[in-house]
Parts: sequence; C-alpha cells; structure tokens
Amino acid sequence: MPFDKFIDTAVPLPATNVDTDQIIPARFLKATTREGFGKNLFRDWRYDNEGNEKSDFVLNQSIFSGSILVTGKNFGCGSSREHAAWALSDYGFKVVISTFFADIFKNNALNNGILPIVADAVTMSKIFKAIEIDPTTKIEIDLPNERWSFDRETYSFEINAFKKECLIKGYNNMDYLVSKKGPIEKFEQEHIYC
Amino acid sequence: MSKKVKTLFDKIYDKHVVESRDASPDVFYIDRHFIHEVTSPQAFDGLRKKGLTVARPKQTIATADHNVPTLNQHLPIKEMLSRIQVETLTQNCKEFGIDLYGLGHENQGIVHVIGPELGITQPGMTIVCGDSHTSTHGAFGSIAFGIGTSEVEQVLATQCVLQSKPKTMKIEINGALSEGVLSKDIILYIISKISAAGATGYFVEYCGTAISSLSMEARMTICNMSIEMGARGGLIAPDEITFEYLKGRSFAPKGEDWDKKMAYWSTLFSDPGASFDKVINFDAADIEPMITYGTNPGMGIGISHAIPTDDGTGEIDKAMSYMNLSSGENLEGQQIDYVFIGSCTNSRIEDLRLVADFVKDKRKADNVEVWIVPGSKKVEAQAIEEGLDQIFLKAGFELRQPGCSACLAMNEDKVPAGKYCVSTSNRNFEGRQGPGSRTFLASPLTAAAAAVTGKITDVRKLLKNTTYAV
Repeated sequence: MPFDKFIDTAVPLPATNVDTDQIIPARFLKATTREGFGKNLFRDWRYDNEGNEKSDFVLNQSIFSGSILVTGKNFGCGSSREHAAWALSDYGFKVVISTFFADIFKNNALNNGILPIVADAVTMSKIFKAIEIDPTTKIEIDLPNERWSFDRETYSFEINAFKKECLIKGYNNMDYLVSKKGPIEKFEQEHIYC
Repeated sequence: MSKKVKTLFDKIYDKHVVESRDASPDVFYIDRHFIHEVTSPQAFDGLRKKGLTVARPKQTIATADHNVPTLNQHLPIKEMLSRIQVETLTQNCKEFGIDLYGLGHENQGIVHVIGPELGITQPGMTIVCGDSHTSTHGAFGSIAFGIGTSEVEQVLATQCVLQSKPKTMKIEINGALSEGVLSKDIILYIISKISAAGATGYFVEYCGTAISSLSMEARMTICNMSIEMGARGGLIAPDEITFEYLKGRSFAPKGEDWDKKMAYWSTLFSDPGASFDKVINFDAADIEPMITYGTNPGMGIGISHAIPTDDGTGEIDKAMSYMNLSSGENLEGQQIDYVFIGSCTNSRIEDLRLVADFVKDKRKADNVEVWIVPGSKKVEAQAIEEGLDQIFLKAGFELRQPGCSACLAMNEDKVPAGKYCVSTSNRNFEGRQGPGSRTFLASPLTAAAAAVTGKITDVRKLLKNTTYAV
C-alpha cells in the first residue's frame, strides 16, 4: 500500500530495549500465514494470564490512539521474526518513532510498509511530554520531504532514497531483485562458492 | 604496487557485491541459506503467489528445530500448530527441491549447530537464515546474519538480498582467561560493557589472543551472541584451528577443491593498518564467570558483583520488579528452580563434555530440574557414544532430544511463571522461556554448578585444581 503524507495521534510507549519477544511472543509464531498477528501484539504486557486487559498498559487506555507508536531506544531488538512487523502493521501502526532501532527490525518494518523514524533524545522527550499533556496531540508525517512535525515544530529524518521510493510507491525489493537476474547469473559464473 | 588495505569484513563483502549503485542498496550475493519451520512458510507462500521458483535449491538447507518436541521425537508432534508448521516445511522442501534434515534424520538439529558440524559453513562465505543467531557462523570467518521472512523469500527467488554496507567494529581481547571462565563469559562480559544496543549498525570482528586461542565451538558461542549487542553479525578470522575443524566434514571441500578453497581462505584476515569505524579493547584477565540479573543480555555482572542500581531510566527497576530481585543484592546463593543447558549458543559436544566432566560423581540438588538439550542428532549420538548420557543420568540430569527447546519455549519445554532458570541460552527477555519465566544467562559451567547446588554459584569455588578447557 502506498505511503502518503498524513496526520494522526500517537501512542506513547516510553520503555527502552523493547524486544521482539515482547512485541510478539514466540508462542504466537506458529501460524503459516502473515495475517492476524495484531491481536497478540504486546500480548504479555497487554493481557494477564487469564486474558484480561491490563489497565496500566497503554494499548488498553482509550485516551491514547493512532497509527504512530512513539517509543524508547533500541526498539525491536532481539529476534529476526518479521512477525513483529506484521503484528504492528496488523494492529494499525504505520510509523514508529524512537532514538534508534535494531537493524533487522528496521528492515522488516520497511519491508512491511512501516516507517521507522529516528529522532534525537531531546525531541523524544518533547514528544513524550506533548502526548502526556495532550493525548490528542497531532503529528504530521511527511515522508516525501523527510519531515515530521508536532506542536508547530518540524523535524527532519533520514531514509535511504531507495527505501523511501519503495514505501511511497508501495514497491517491494523482490521486483527489483528479480530484475537483476542477468547480472546475478553473470556473477555466479566467476564466484568461488557457486 | 600498493593494494588497498581492507578489513576481513570488507574483503568478504566486496567479493559478494553483484551490483552497487549510488542511490540503491547493493545487490548482495548469498552463498548458503538455512531455513527452518517458523520463518519460512510465508516466504514459500509468497513465491507461489508471485509465480516464482527457488533459484538455487542446492544452496538452501532446511531443518526443523524451533518447534520440535525434545521427547519422543519418533511420535507425531502432539501440538497441532507445531505439527502443521513442521509438515508445511516438509511439503515446501519437497515442492521446491530443497534438502531437508527433518525430525528423525541423522543430520537434524538446531540450524546453527548443524551448518558448522556438517561442514556447510565455510570461511569467506555469505550465509543468511531467518533467525537472528545466524551470526554464529561468523566464527568461521564468514559474513552471516539474520534476515526477516520477506528477505527469506527474496533469497529463495534470487539468491540475493539488498544490503547497505554496515559500519565495522573491532573488539580485541588479549590475555589469558582465568580458571572457570569460558567463552560464554567473554561475550556476556562484552555485552555488559557496551550494552544491548552498543553495536547496533556495526559488523564486529573479534580478535586478540583470548579469541585466537579458542576452539571453534567456543568461537561460535561468541559470534552467536553478537546480535545481543545489536550487531548485524560478528566474525573471527579463520586460522589453523578453523581449517582443522573443517577437514573431513561431510560438506567440506575435498582434494583439489580443498586446495583451491584454502588459497582463498588464507587471504581472509584484516590487513595490518585496516581501519575500523570503532575499536574496543578488553583484558581477558578482568573477566570472571558472568551471570545476568535483568531482562536483556546487557544486564550482566561478574558473579562476585552486586546488582547495579537504576541509572534513572527506570530500566533496571522495571527488570528488578519482573525478576523479583533488588539492586545492591549479590546473586550468589539465589535459589533457582530450573537449569537449561542447550540452544544454538551452548549445546555442542564440547559444552556437553564440559558439563559431564564437572558433574561426574555429583548429583543435582533436589529443588532443581535439569534439562540438557543437545544441539543436533550428531551431538546426541556423540554424547551417548562417549558415555556422557550415563553421567547425566546418574547426576539426575535429563538428556533430551535436539531442538531449540526452552531457549524460546515454542515447544512444551517451558519454565513456569515466576520460576528461576539458569540457562546457557542467549536471551533473558521477559517471558522468553515461557510466560512469566525468569532467566539467568550463564556459561555451561556456571549452569552445571547451579544444578548441583540448587543456587547461583561461583563455579570457581567448586573447581579445586581442575583445569577446564575453554
């Protein structure tokens, strides 16, 4: 799905080092399709052992909503499970903002139409504060211009030009790689491990 | 004639770039691709939907490991979803012509154990798998890293991924290790120093005398946990120890092919003066047996140290609440309930030998349940041949069948909520070993000591005059 410019509210999750086992616990990785992971997103933070909602967890607090997740540093560390990106996307998140992301998660997010935005620590504390004061704070995401803004201030972010184009146009890496069949086969003729 | 000075990583990376254009990531060639039942079904589905096929089926190797039971593997898998996932792998491999070492096969085991032990993993290769611990294979001087399922699909279809070259980091550790300190302690020490995010964006080369003196098994333990400090992967320059390990293994090159490969392998080192984006040095003598206290692998301390206090971020306080421990406490003497010796970090024959050697003529404490899960069928067979199974039996340790098991608790091997487990695996995340489980990561020797005493123990106090190889 092409990624357009949009404005939305955000969900704050200030925890640091949120690992992929928290985003989607291993016991929910038994599916053979990509659908339906959103209901188990942050499962053990969201529900108790009996399946009741934990009222102190942000996804269970109705004052917070929106397709933007604002979170602490090193989000998505741990396992390579793309199920973490599928769960976030299935739940409805389109953007995650953090001081930085684990490498594999970042790739997985981009491959699933989720935009990871890296912000500095000062900006992060401002946005957390803004949402705390007013949960209806609107954030504008402007991918084409690599900018995002809230409270009348605008911040820039960086994204690889190729990844940006893929997101905006809804392309994926597969089409590009398949188009490289010729060069790949040529490479193989000379390569030691082929 | 001056040649450009390169790091080991750069040498291998540059050799695998099919195409490099300014505006796009590199088209990066993959020599070997490992797949397992959990992260591959959606990739095969994607191929079918797009009408694509597997480009190089002989360069992909499959095994069933994450979801498999570790008892009664000759019987059908009881749990329906796990069974379907394992059966789906079998069908996909059949349909696309991929060799599968499934349950019951003599080569079955944890993907990062079987690759090296079969000689599939070789120096200078590029290796990927839909599993973050693919970094393990870097121990052979290869570029090995974990990928997501979309990329698994891309590798199946094209034998390539799109890759932007990461930064490089050198971690050098010199000096001799103290008694009772293993390679697991080295890597837990490094992560505790640079944090669970300290190498994000980097590919790490480990070097120094404390690394080059290690066996291949011990090197694999180090590279395995590179991802736990955020690194894309870790690698160690191949040397005589590497070549000796490889010689004669099923998939290792033979005859003339061996000589041809050796000519390549002998070029695989960082040139003197090669520059890294970051360099960190450690002294091996500073490392003592390590234990983690919190809920990420960076939260580790030497066994004689106290749990640190929160730095104001709330992270340690949050972890203490989950672990039901307190800052300022020492962990030595902490009562435990389970010991898990296994996982792609520490389930190789050397690990099992070390544990057997330590527990010979000892018995586990009554309050502890001990699971030993070998990394592969070959490790299991070797352990039985050497009589290690008898030592474990006498000690009250349960030797199970190969798989990922309680490392991530996808099968029945779960640590119950609130219970403490000393584990040789790689992650102490909340709920990792089962919902509510509490994990202490440690070396196989520290785990064996805890099994015997029923408490977290400084293994050095039990080692009187015995020397253990690392």
